[in-house]
Amino acid sequence: MASASETSHGSSGAPTNVGLFATCLVDLFRPTVGFASAQLIEGTGCSVHVPEQTCCGQPAYNSGDRQHAQQIARQAIESFEGYDYVVVPSGSCGGMIAVHYPDLFADDPEWNRRARALAAKTFELTAFLADVMKIDAKDLDAEYDGTVTYHDACTGLRELGVKDQPRELLSGVDDLALEEMADTDACCGFGGTFCVKYGEVSTDIVSRKTANVVKSGADLLLAGDLGCLMNIAGRLKREGSSVEVRHVAEVLAGMSDQTPPIGEVDEG
Amino acid sequence: MEFMQPGAFKKNANRAMADRDLRSAMAMLNAGMIPNRQGAVDRLPEFEQLSRRGRELKDHVLVYLDFYLERFERNCEASGGHVHWCATPEDARRAVLKICQSVDAKSVTKGKSMIAEEIHLNTFLEQHDIEPVETDLGEYIIQLAEEPPSHIIGPAIHKTKDQVSDLFLKHHAVLGRTERQTDPQKMVNEAREILRQKYFDADVGITGANYLIAETGSSIIVTNEGNGDLTQTLPKIHIVVASLEKVVPTLEDATTFLRILARSATGQEFSAYTTVSTGARRDDDVDGPGEYHVILLDNGRSAMLGSEVQDMLRCIRCGACMNHCPVYQSIGGHSYGTVYVGPMGAVLSPALLGVAEIKHLPCASTLCGRCEEVCPVSIPLPRLLRQWRQRAFEAGVVPNVERWALSVWAFFAKRPWLYGLGARLAMRGLAYLGRKEGRMRKLWFAGGWTQGRDLPAPEGETFQARWRKQQRKKVMG
Repeated sequence: MASASETSHGSSGAPTNVGLFATCLVDLFRPTVGFASAQLIEGTGCSVHVPEQTCCGQPAYNSGDRQHAQQIARQAIESFEGYDYVVVPSGSCGGMIAVHYPDLFADDPEWNRRARALAAKTFELTAFLADVMKIDAKDLDAEYDGTVTYHDACTGLRELGVKDQPRELLSGVDDLALEEMADTDACCGFGGTFCVKYGEVSTDIVSRKTANVVKSGADLLLAGDLGCLMNIAGRLKREGSSVEVRHVAEVLAGMSDQTPPIGEVDEG
Repeated sequence: MEFMQPGAFKKNANRAMADRDLRSAMAMLNAGMIPNRQGAVDRLPEFEQLSRRGRELKDHVLVYLDFYLERFERNCEASGGHVHWCATPEDARRAVLKICQSVDAKSVTKGKSMIAEEIHLNTFLEQHDIEPVETDLGEYIIQLAEEPPSHIIGPAIHKTKDQVSDLFLKHHAVLGRTERQTDPQKMVNEAREILRQKYFDADVGITGANYLIAETGSSIIVTNEGNGDLTQTLPKIHIVVASLEKVVPTLEDATTFLRILARSATGQEFSAYTTVSTGARRDDDVDGPGEYHVILLDNGRSAMLGSEVQDMLRCIRCGACMNHCPVYQSIGGHSYGTVYVGPMGAVLSPALLGVAEIKHLPCASTLCGRCEEVCPVSIPLPRLLRQWRQRAFEAGVVPNVERWALSVWAFFAKRPWLYGLGARLAMRGLAYLGRKEGRMRKLWFAGGWTQGRDLPAPEGETFQARWRKQQRKKVMG
């Protein structure tokens, strides 16, 4: 990346410090997305930090367990509030911090203040690169020789307005062609605990998504949320499809040759 | 058909997803309603503004609900109508029965009304030897099929044309219609001809109300078939069944909603018929009912005022939320087991029936947010679904296994070092299991996932462990 040699500085002149909230799914299942994110953020001249972290608390929050959600949110706020920015390679977990943390502490002025402060500097990865650091897609040092299609993960799209940013960034990847599928903004059926609690309904919903993916003719599906990606990949593989699945950060960072696609092993 | 109990949600859903006819009917719905709405919204540049105005109007009315309801009552009575305040469905049913019995009614015609469904009026009337005749084509179809509606504006949306052909043949043969019709126009004509006499025979006509107008004491209904007009003008008595939040201050205000309702619902600019009823027939009127009654139903709504779910009372019943809901698209309306279905039903039903009874509906959502996106009065449906989940959790009606799982997960999530250790061990194990194919086809503890999907295997080491290792290397140089 051309801007990599420059260093991004805050108003005080010190380098901009970014806390990378990897999310538990990336931490557990797909570390490559964490490294790809770190590389992309470092490419903008920021320095990347990965403080000790677990989960954003969304499973408890969405299950109505406010108490546990608050305890976990406090822990995340304490770990991340010291950075200039918090970047999350997920619209879902990003939305939890940027939209729902302040809500979670609506009745607690002190924690609400801290939650709002953290929310204001928390960004989904592609939104951070495109909107905050305003990087030029042409400067990306990545290539992918093939046709991709992009799934708009619900929370990123509707809570954080992530729609054009990943597409804009992908336009800078050499040899990559984007072929939009039908209903890019329709839910994939993951829905957190929904996908195991209502497995059959979830499978039915994801089957509509995979049908659209296959119909698009793309050989690679991308999205910015690992939950959706594991769901769609899991269904595509069950259907015997050859369409590959990756997190958008892997392609943007030029790491698609470093690790096999989601749910697959190296052929060689 | 057996009545579908809410508690049987999963079973209902699985049966619905295996029903080929239902799937083809739902596919038609998805392919039609969504682009139709989008087209209608795009053709009206001021849709956003109207929608915002509608939201503000509803919020205003909810704050001054008592004022507008009393104003409605005064003006309704001044124009010769009667208002019946009913706290419960039982009160409402009794009020309707009393009016019917006052003219010794044998049959009543009905326009489409969700409130009549909510208070289970048809069954009640039948028990009292009064024949209810549904005159809306969709309602007529499901009345013949003895099924509840599966959609708030398209009650028979789950039926294919072939199923309706069979149904008509079965029920119309005794009336001399022995030929099975498959042409939609001929089918409509057949239903129309059979219903025609029923309008003249009916003693009482019952309709719902899309709006109650406080300034004039009028009610408004919108229909596409004109059946509402015949239902309310031909019989001796017109009964309107409506819930409290249907009141709007003025006729002018109602027009704001009329402009967004049909566009959001069916993608029409306007419904074919918009009918305003004010009081009973006056001396110089050419037609109209001799009596005009309004049943005002509360049924839990006043308790929603000032609560976290008050926003739900803005709902104008367009059905856009269910048309766009991925869950509804998969399972259809009957699976919900409640009168109101889809996202709006999952929020409203716990308020009407109690959260202990209906706790599963707010959970059966991916919270994708498309419902809120298309709601013409911006009801934050995902937030309200979460609100019910929280109330259910706090009321202790969530299954123990779920509570236990959440506690175990939270125990680790609150202890990063323990989480890190557990995660590393677990992911190594999973990676080993999935090492051959990069995924697992079956996992005993993740059956909900693996019944329809493979589970992608983790890479092995966790991100945090790999990151720290790499950082240490950098430091060591």
